[in-house]
Amino acid sequence: MKFGVIVFPGSNCDHDAWFAVNRNLGHPAEYIWHDSPTLGGVDAVILPGGFAYGDYLRCGAIAKFSPVMAAVRKFAADGGPVLGICNGFQILVEAGLLPGALIRNRNLKFICREVRLRTETLDSPFTAAAEPGQILRMPIAHGEGCYIADERTLDELGAEDRVAFRYVENPNGSMRDIAGILNAQRNVLGLMPHPERATEPLMGSSDGLVVFRSLVMAFQPTAA
Amino acid sequence: MSTLTITPDLVAQHQLADSEYQKIVSILGREPNYTELGIFSVMWSEHCSYKSSRLHLKKLPTRGKLVVQGPGENAGIVDVGGGYVIAFKIESHNHPSFIEPFQGAATGVGGILRDIFTMGARPIAVLDSLRFGPLDDPQAGPRNRRILQGVVAGIAHYGNCFGVPTVGGECVFEPCYNGNPLVNVFALGVAKKDDIFYARAAGIGNPVIYVGAKTGRDGIHGASMASAEFTEESKQKRPNVQVGDPFLEKLLLEACLEAMQTGAIVGIQDMGAAGLTCSTCEMGSRGGTGIEIELDLVPQRETGMTPYEIMLSESQERMLLVAAKGREDEVFQVFRKWGLDAVTIGKVTDDGLLRVRQHGQVVAEIPNRELADEAPLYDRPHTDSPARPLAPSPAHEPIPPQQALLTLLASSDICSKRYIWQQYDYQVRTNTLAGPGADAAIVRIKENGVSIAMSLDGNSRYCYLSPREGAMLAVAESCRNLATVGAQPVAATNCLNFGNPERPEIMGQLVAAIEGLGDACRFFDTPITGGNVSLYNETLGEGIWPTPVIGVVGLMPTAAPVTRDFKAPGRSIVLLGGLGDCDETRFGGTQYAKVILKELWGLPPALDMDYEKRVHAAMREIVAAGLAESAHDLSDGGLAVAAAECCLGGVGAALHFESDFSPEFLLFHEGPSRILISTARPDGIAEIAARHAVEAPRVGITMNSALAIRNRNATLVIAKIDSLNAIYEGSLENQLGS
Repeated sequence: MKFGVIVFPGSNCDHDAWFAVNRNLGHPAEYIWHDSPTLGGVDAVILPGGFAYGDYLRCGAIAKFSPVMAAVRKFAADGGPVLGICNGFQILVEAGLLPGALIRNRNLKFICREVRLRTETLDSPFTAAAEPGQILRMPIAHGEGCYIADERTLDELGAEDRVAFRYVENPNGSMRDIAGILNAQRNVLGLMPHPERATEPLMGSSDGLVVFRSLVMAFQPTAA
Repeated sequence: MSTLTITPDLVAQHQLADSEYQKIVSILGREPNYTELGIFSVMWSEHCSYKSSRLHLKKLPTRGKLVVQGPGENAGIVDVGGGYVIAFKIESHNHPSFIEPFQGAATGVGGILRDIFTMGARPIAVLDSLRFGPLDDPQAGPRNRRILQGVVAGIAHYGNCFGVPTVGGECVFEPCYNGNPLVNVFALGVAKKDDIFYARAAGIGNPVIYVGAKTGRDGIHGASMASAEFTEESKQKRPNVQVGDPFLEKLLLEACLEAMQTGAIVGIQDMGAAGLTCSTCEMGSRGGTGIEIELDLVPQRETGMTPYEIMLSESQERMLLVAAKGREDEVFQVFRKWGLDAVTIGKVTDDGLLRVRQHGQVVAEIPNRELADEAPLYDRPHTDSPARPLAPSPAHEPIPPQQALLTLLASSDICSKRYIWQQYDYQVRTNTLAGPGADAAIVRIKENGVSIAMSLDGNSRYCYLSPREGAMLAVAESCRNLATVGAQPVAATNCLNFGNPERPEIMGQLVAAIEGLGDACRFFDTPITGGNVSLYNETLGEGIWPTPVIGVVGLMPTAAPVTRDFKAPGRSIVLLGGLGDCDETRFGGTQYAKVILKELWGLPPALDMDYEKRVHAAMREIVAAGLAESAHDLSDGGLAVAAAECCLGGVGAALHFESDFSPEFLLFHEGPSRILISTARPDGIAEIAARHAVEAPRVGITMNSALAIRNRNATLVIAKIDSLNAIYEGSLENQLGS
């Protein structure tokens, strides 16, 4: 299974996502430059963390206009799995691929720490390899990770089983403890925590591998 | 402007002494014009020329078998094996951080990061050494709190966006920093040994290329500002502080590293202090060449800038590079890809001159070598520091030891700095094996199986009592921190923060501290490969205490590190190094003296370097043998504070001593050379310690949920871990009122 890691100017977790996939998961990964019109035949796309275009405006507000985003949109519409981590989640929300918005943490400060996530659904290519309700340890590192949406959207996300992860202890004020959500087709996941930073014991946790292994499992259901 | 007449007043405004002006005239063989005067004034400022300290800095050891590059380049370089090197250095950004905390600290991070990637190394770690006035100071408290919050937010803003983990550091509070906060930033990067780049202009006729942000009027005379005391007027110097753009710096990093791969780059230097002036003349001087530039070609974001302003601007995120003639396009192509300005602004010449033109007219013409390397050198008069009283005032009553421990755990120097470091992304790049709060920060190098341990240390209380001994203790502690995690120290960088060197007692502190650093670094085999001197840290005539900060780097194989917290109940606790020694005089620099008795006297703790080194060797062997389940060195607050800190993970301890010390000395003296270890195999540790002729008494056993300390039949401390944690973790936020 071939992964593509999008590189926006200002992405800074692109190398980490590549390393997690290539070394710790053991699948090929390649970088895709932000002005590329195509995705070069990858099987899954990762929008990594960082500060695309500096995020001096609203996080992700400029990145959504990158040429590569048209290809990402089409890839997603065709059912290809798209994983947005941290800044990648912010970009997916700005691009309208996921509902809601991400605003400044409730304490108005950047927060870097380990959190615990509860897996809320197994019905997605990102969580299929998890145990029901599995608690995953992985870090967050963001200043604007407070998830908000109107009540109807929140209800809808709940009713359609589209909340992938909730925080066990809410670190940033996110509504209904939401840490990660799926689109209606369930092939786009955005989450603020960093699964790629939890992919080997030396990182302090390997729980993030669940997300990547799920993708591999969904891609080759018979091999899993 | 260049036709402005040079008057004695104008020379004085540029902080050049008469003798310095005469030297300029003799170098040029004529009077300088206004632009040239400005150029000399920044290059010969204390900040750029080290004119007060150079003579003494020569006493520092700089060579070692792993040292590839010592002082004199943008950063020091050390071989770490497997074809890889690390580049690292520490720099101060004290003055700007006082005037504008957020941008001052942010651009401090930006500046040192550029120094690292200029050499072809990708930054993989940042540590910060911070000093502020007390947060509860009746007058200055509110301002100190604002400065701390601004500095921390500025460091976070720049480092997080750039994508370098801020993995450790220290933060200390003393009244002497009320008007003089210190912001020292250490950065470390990794490069292939064959891909190191130097700041040298070589190859006559090669193009000189300007890359990065456009030049504006910001930061003009920043280097001179950093070379003067603060007065009431300094607050009006806000325009001298630059504004940082970490996103642009990130692009610059990626573009520079990519451009270096083309093989078309001959030399490269960042534009930091003294901007275009410094980068041109230093590259020329190092290469033994001349450089000619045309200012009309320099990208500018303001109109009508004079040669003086363009040459002295300290606009951030700019680099100067020399490319191989005919291969410019390869370089331009990379920078275009990253959306950056890159233009040829001049060429390398054979006449050794820095020749600056505007509209084709020569506006400055100065020999590079004399400008960059022949700055005035001063042997300033220096006197020994006045001795402090050897004993405390008689009025002191000891307080119950438990109360003292709780007070110390809540005190600003000792309490948890989580509030600060949680704002830093300390994990980006997924190399952080030990982050903030650990004895030493550890980052791995993914490519070669080696990890780098780093520790920043400085103790101005000790240095106030004895600059020489305090400096040596800082080196010892830094090396001890590395040994605690099993790392072998290999090199060091230093940042010397002092007051006004024109005062003989301040100069005396500087000389003594440098000598102490030199002796200790020689002894511990940690050559100093570069660093920074920050003088004139005075406001309204009040100088800071001598504050040398040392950053030691060490090597270890990549593996899960030994950490501070006790891991399981029922384990033996060993005090490697033993109880140490103390008397009334040597107790006067402790945190107990500062926090509980509110007085400092006497001398810092006594250091036996030979013993210290044996403790380190033993500790490394203990770690390598896998005998230490946890380890934590004793430093501020002594034995009781170290023991309490080891308990904060949830596993407690019962310690029992048979000591003649008073409870205060036993629990709180800060004698060095001691490490607290928990182990399932105390015999193995005893055997190693004996071989190194180091004491290693078994002093207790780990247990659930409480810390108990007894001496003979007296219970000195009995406290629940939850309550220790609440005090330790909550204190800083309480003090900040947020």
